[in-house]
Amino acid sequence: MTAGDSGFLFTFFNPAVAKQYAPDIAAGMLVTVGVGLAVVVTGTLLGLALAVARALGRRVLAWPIVAFADIMRSLPPLVVLIVLYFGLPSLGLPLSAFAVTWLSLSLVLAAYAEESIWAGICAVPAGQLEAARSTGMRWWQAMRWVVLPQALSRAVPPLTNRIISITKNTALGSVVALNEILNNAQGASSHAGNPTPLMMAAFAYLVVFLPLVVFSRWLEQHWQRR
Amino acid sequence: MDSLIQNFFNLDIYAQVFPYLLSGLWTTVWLSALVIPLGAAAGLALALGLTQSGSRAVRWGIVAFIDFFRAFPPLVLLILVYFGGPFLGVELGKVAAVALAFVLNNSSYYAEVFRAGLQGVAKGQMEAARSTGLTRGQALRHVVVPQAVKNVLPDLVGNAIEIVKLTSIASVVAMPELLRAARDAQSLVFNPSPVMLAAFMYLALLWPLTRWLGRLEHRRTRR
Repeated sequence: MTAGDSGFLFTFFNPAVAKQYAPDIAAGMLVTVGVGLAVVVTGTLLGLALAVARALGRRVLAWPIVAFADIMRSLPPLVVLIVLYFGLPSLGLPLSAFAVTWLSLSLVLAAYAEESIWAGICAVPAGQLEAARSTGMRWWQAMRWVVLPQALSRAVPPLTNRIISITKNTALGSVVALNEILNNAQGASSHAGNPTPLMMAAFAYLVVFLPLVVFSRWLEQHWQRR
Repeated sequence: MDSLIQNFFNLDIYAQVFPYLLSGLWTTVWLSALVIPLGAAAGLALALGLTQSGSRAVRWGIVAFIDFFRAFPPLVLLILVYFGGPFLGVELGKVAAVALAFVLNNSSYYAEVFRAGLQGVAKGQMEAARSTGLTRGQALRHVVVPQAVKNVLPDLVGNAIEIVKLTSIASVVAMPELLRAARDAQSLVFNPSPVMLAAFMYLALLWPLTRWLGRLEHRRTRR
């Protein structure tokens, strides 16, 4: 092995540094997965609730929902995060970095989820709801058992891609010092004066997200054929 | 309520920092104008390789490249390129580092969009074009790719909007775009109003595009 090779390995794949900071990266992975799951659950449920509320057809409901979805889809997630991070304390709501990241990414996901599910609802012919109502179902029963299952089935592939790209944004939490993978790796990297922890972070992200990306590719090809 | 207005909707501060934020907005615009065409071109090349190459090794290599960069948070990629480069002895300038990270990230997304578009063009189109004497390259260029682009126009626009929003992460490596300008102004005036003003500027830039995208998507589902 030449000196140049060992210098490269020493810099980017330094075993001593890797061993020292592995617990930090592992702890960061737990936080990344935790925030990611929390965002998926609250963001998707909120988006579903908004889409159903919009389907009620009341203008007083629909208008604010459309405005919310448009604004959250037009703003960079990092801007939402920073505005809430500085904004909530001045409303008397001091929130942790975890809570701010969770809240802002949930709002962003909810906007996209609302749009995907709404598009799914619109694609179900109006006759479906009318036929269900004529069998004696109430509106929300017809929505729950007839319209939503078809709408969600259409919404799944676009929603999966959106969920992956928004959960990857948990890395933005590092900007408000959330102790997730990237934040811990940057801290470790400047502490050690060596970029090995950044390479470990890159690897950790691949471990978490590559299976999701491969799954979404599979889902996109097989979903419609069911 | 007063503290909210004081800290977020402070008109004196808005007036004071507006010119500075405007220069940040300009940087956001030209950075987007740089990386969107580069990413789209690279993505089209990847998609053509994926759909037209007879070699399984090439197709698998491209899929691996796309999935790898789709799994990678763009901020992590940017920080690796920006802070890892110097350790490799590669001193990329700020703009070059940001552009490289963005193109690696967004070419994968564009490749997926173009792939879907190319696969949506019926096989007979290529065969008919070839039978008129066009070479394969000519048939792609004049017959297949234009139809593919038309099929996925909303997705191409949507991707471009995502990239404009994504330029905000360049603030982390001190690129003086809109968010960075707002953060700098915030630390000068000790007040978060500039960040709120930046949010309004992003809205002014992107809300019309988001609406337009909605109309494009609507037209497609009705077709």
